[in-house]
Amino acid sequence: MYKLEVQDLHKRYGNHEVLKGVSLAAKAGDVISIIGSSGSGKSTFLRCINMLEQPHGGKILLNGEELKLVANKDGALKAADPKQLQRMRSRLAMVFQHFNLWSHMSALENVIEAPVHVLGMSKKEALEKAEHYLNKVGVAHRKDAYPAHMSGGEQQRVAIARALAMEPEVMLFDEPTSALDPELVGEVLKVMQDLAQEGRTMVVVTHEMGFAREVSNQLIFLHKGVVEERGDPREVLVNPQSERLQQFLSGSLK
Amino acid sequence: MIFDFSVIWDSLPLYFGGVLVTLKILLIALAGGLALAIPLGLMRVSKSAWVNFPAWLYTYVIRGTPMLVQLFLIYYGLAQFEAVRTSFMWPYLSSATFCACLAFAINTSAYSAEILAGSLKATPPGEIEAAKAMGMSRAKLYRRILLPSALRRALPQYSNEVIMMLHTTSLASIVTLVDITGAARTVSSRFYLPFEAFITAGLFYLVLTFILVRLFKLAERRWLAYLAPRKA
Repeated sequence: MYKLEVQDLHKRYGNHEVLKGVSLAAKAGDVISIIGSSGSGKSTFLRCINMLEQPHGGKILLNGEELKLVANKDGALKAADPKQLQRMRSRLAMVFQHFNLWSHMSALENVIEAPVHVLGMSKKEALEKAEHYLNKVGVAHRKDAYPAHMSGGEQQRVAIARALAMEPEVMLFDEPTSALDPELVGEVLKVMQDLAQEGRTMVVVTHEMGFAREVSNQLIFLHKGVVEERGDPREVLVNPQSERLQQFLSGSLK
Repeated sequence: MIFDFSVIWDSLPLYFGGVLVTLKILLIALAGGLALAIPLGLMRVSKSAWVNFPAWLYTYVIRGTPMLVQLFLIYYGLAQFEAVRTSFMWPYLSSATFCACLAFAINTSAYSAEILAGSLKATPPGEIEAAKAMGMSRAKLYRRILLPSALRRALPQYSNEVIMMLHTTSLASIVTLVDITGAARTVSSRFYLPFEAFITAGLFYLVLTFILVRLFKLAERRWLAYLAPRKA
């Protein structure tokens, strides 16, 4: 059975169709990298999975449970049952390009917030978990710092700890290293690699070809809202079949 | 000109009584105003016109008319109506203290609501998305993320509003209350020493303003530490 299944997802802005039927299926432990040039729809696709964007067609299933969707008057789909959406979102943690930590909370408060107030975990248990995960991503020494007082790499690692503290079924990463200085990218990729090796199920929108090749076991190349090519990253990246992917790869140095 | 210290010295008990009245009116008005301002501020950021418009109209009317006119309307104006004089509210509405507190609370609620609405609108959208992505309900999003962060960011502007309100409470002296300004008016007319009387009142307001500014600085240090430059 699949952990996460997305079937035939469509999305448009006005008359402009940005996703023309994109599907994805992740088994437990899968690490799926989604690559593509900007404007290819890869971030939009990821953000439709947890309904931060409203798709216009398609199905989303988590652990076989289908998210119930209804169309509003302009055709965009929204969750029929907000409670179900909230429950599914709490099991699909997301890590953002711009970290999106809550700026008025310390690192530790950021990490315990959702476990306590969404999952209903006791504060004591949440604090233990938070210390554990902050330690795991290597920022335990910064637990009392506010986001604005941390480096980008530290902030993103706190954001990953915040996602991990929810003990999610699937983790969604939306270009997690794109807003970082080059020398900070490595520390975040290292954490993500460790997570992949632990067998966590991850969907990663990325520009890091090295990560896509070495860490993920499935690669999706999106172009103009269509899956142009997919498969084992070591085969697809070494031996691209489509002209689009050849062009895209020749443009990237790695 | 010789400053008549002895008269002021002898009138100090009157002034201290005035300070208590000023602080009482100020605190009641601020508490009531803030309690009204939070729902009003939330209404002002609503996308629904049915929710937003009444709050917009309220803050527009209150901010668009002078405080003194509002005070006169409530204290003198309402008493004109038989229905008001016979209603259960009359024991309250015939009290100058109650009318002053009510008028000031309504006034500050409109200004505070706009401050809060501005602060709510300035919440970084990414922080709202993160809360949604974690599975927070709308109510939780407001209670745990939006309001705590907006109220903090509103502090510096709100401290100005509080100081303005302190000064506005001097209007209470016009509706017979003996606040600091009321004490000064009493001293001024009793001894015909307006300069001494009002300069003393001014000094009391200065001291109170200084204390308020210090208190808000402490509050900002506690709740806005995340915006402060990083300590070395």
